[in-house]
Amino acid sequence: MIKLFTLKQQKKEGEQKGSGGQQKKASAAQLRIQKDISELNLPKTCATDFPDPDDLLNFKLIISPDEGFYRDGRFVFNFRVGSNYPHEPPKVKCGTQVYHPNIDLEGNVCLNILREDWNPVLTINSIVYGLQFLFLEPNPEDPLNKEAADVLQNNRRQFEFNVKKAMRGGYVGETYFECCLHK
Amino acid sequence: MSVHSPNPALILQNKRWNGLRNVLEREGPFCKDDFSASSDNLEFLQTNCKLLVIGAGGLGCELLKDLALMGFGNLHVIDMDTIELSNLNRQFLFRRTDIGSSKAECAARFINGRVPTCRVTPHFKKIQDFDETFYQQFNLIVCGLDSIVARRWINGMLLSMLRYEDDGSIDTTSIIPMIDGGTEGFKGNARVILPGYTACIECTLDLFPPQVNYPLCTIANTPRLPEHCIEYVKIIQWDKESPFGVPLDGDDPQHIGWVYERALERANEFNITGVTYRLVQGVVKHIIPAVASTNAVIAAACALEVFKLATSCYDYMSNYLNFNDLDGIYTYTYEAEKSEGCLACSNVPQTVTVDDPNTTTLEDVIKQLCDSPRFQLKNPSLTTVMKDGKQKTLYMSTVKSIEVATRKNLTQSLGELGLQDGQQLTVTDVTSPSAMIVQLKFQGNEIEMV
Repeated sequence: MIKLFTLKQQKKEGEQKGSGGQQKKASAAQLRIQKDISELNLPKTCATDFPDPDDLLNFKLIISPDEGFYRDGRFVFNFRVGSNYPHEPPKVKCGTQVYHPNIDLEGNVCLNILREDWNPVLTINSIVYGLQFLFLEPNPEDPLNKEAADVLQNNRRQFEFNVKKAMRGGYVGETYFECCLHK
Repeated sequence: MSVHSPNPALILQNKRWNGLRNVLEREGPFCKDDFSASSDNLEFLQTNCKLLVIGAGGLGCELLKDLALMGFGNLHVIDMDTIELSNLNRQFLFRRTDIGSSKAECAARFINGRVPTCRVTPHFKKIQDFDETFYQQFNLIVCGLDSIVARRWINGMLLSMLRYEDDGSIDTTSIIPMIDGGTEGFKGNARVILPGYTACIECTLDLFPPQVNYPLCTIANTPRLPEHCIEYVKIIQWDKESPFGVPLDGDDPQHIGWVYERALERANEFNITGVTYRLVQGVVKHIIPAVASTNAVIAAACALEVFKLATSCYDYMSNYLNFNDLDGIYTYTYEAEKSEGCLACSNVPQTVTVDDPNTTTLEDVIKQLCDSPRFQLKNPSLTTVMKDGKQKTLYMSTVKSIEVATRKNLTQSLGELGLQDGQQLTVTDVTSPSAMIVQLKFQGNEIEMV
């Protein structure tokens, strides 16, 4: 136990010693995200983009799958890391319109570690791999875009055709998709 | 013959503190070594000891009442919120006519009117509106908060105010103890944090219950619970239809009304029952019903710790009290351990000495971090907080777009980059499991001062 009563009597003296206008300290969220970012180990199909290099809390992840249904596509995800990171997961939205069973047309992504299975030991890297996996193995069991999921479940050839059509730019059903092919 | 009868009010006044005098003016077998029985103890409590209570809500009202009646004479209270009707069942310093007014100001007015020995100074502000010069003035800080972000912020603030001796040990005069209370329904906890010495908020972050999150696909396609329907409207439908053109505000009755109606429609569609206006409020604002008795118990435990720390009359709690009266009463106290890898409190700044900030470049500093046997870093990334409070990335080689943008900093001198003597840099590297703090020390300055 340290002696706090004596500490109080020294308090006045301590106050004078205290340097005026001390430098602000980086927040715990900031320390953690710097660690996450500086240790990003991206697969070759992924790249990050920091519009403001001083702001590590807001950035884009670009995934360009080199196999699977989404080969040759280019998909941009917007990451927003809040001040409660890593207690809360970052907010991730898909900025590219995509025909995908687990991503809806507003860009919401159904990935367990982004919501119910988030855990502070996970990192930005875990999310990158999770997103990458969604493009290799779209999961019709947990659909967010139900029509796409139904097609994938019942007719893989049709699904593959729809994906290609959407990526080239065009209508799938009622919905128009912008071209997102990798140039 | 007239007998001079003493003023009854005065007798009462003198008797008033007899209980405290028994404790503070007599030695006892359980007193701490540095306790000396004297009337100074009571005087310190009543006049010199300055406390800050953060939050004037459920816990805050209890804390202010407890501390004021316990004899503390100089309290400050911060709260950014205003009073709502639903607060009145337990936040007993407020009345119906106070609805809409500042919690801090009303609470202070009530205590000041009721307890003449206590002066409460209110601050109708966010904790983030103050800097270290404000927090420096207090002997102790007591928190009755409902947010983890706020706890982490004040924790970080108190840690950043620590000063270190040359040998790296903490200057004990810079420690401001923090007593933190928290309640959730019938469960609560109280803890004593000596920043830098005992487990801090960040050390035990995993003790906080995770927020309830439902899988997005369940919400979107297979809702089973009324909560799923409400979350659907909140997460998906609100942004899609943007009914008021602004983000959802849980305090706006119009917004809640809209969410309620849409959630009800969706619930009917899936044959789900149980969507009520109150539930909508609860889900949107993450409300957990507050229980007045839990607040009373936790606040009392916190006030007792404040009393012990302020007077040294007995050992303070070490360091974490758990309380649960959901089914009977369960309580347990244990010592939460300081985490060695804690990002917030195990980060004693390490000094790097620089000869002349005007000739030393950032590259030189990085080289020093890699070559010095003390650090032996491989590929460090450096950021700092500039004087204006803005975050700045100095150099990061591992992310291509940042590397390109920050490469020019390498050849600049520390002076040109705006770095000052004593500037703290956040350094991350593959060789270390967490970020570390490196403090620049300009040699030139030292010589000038001598």
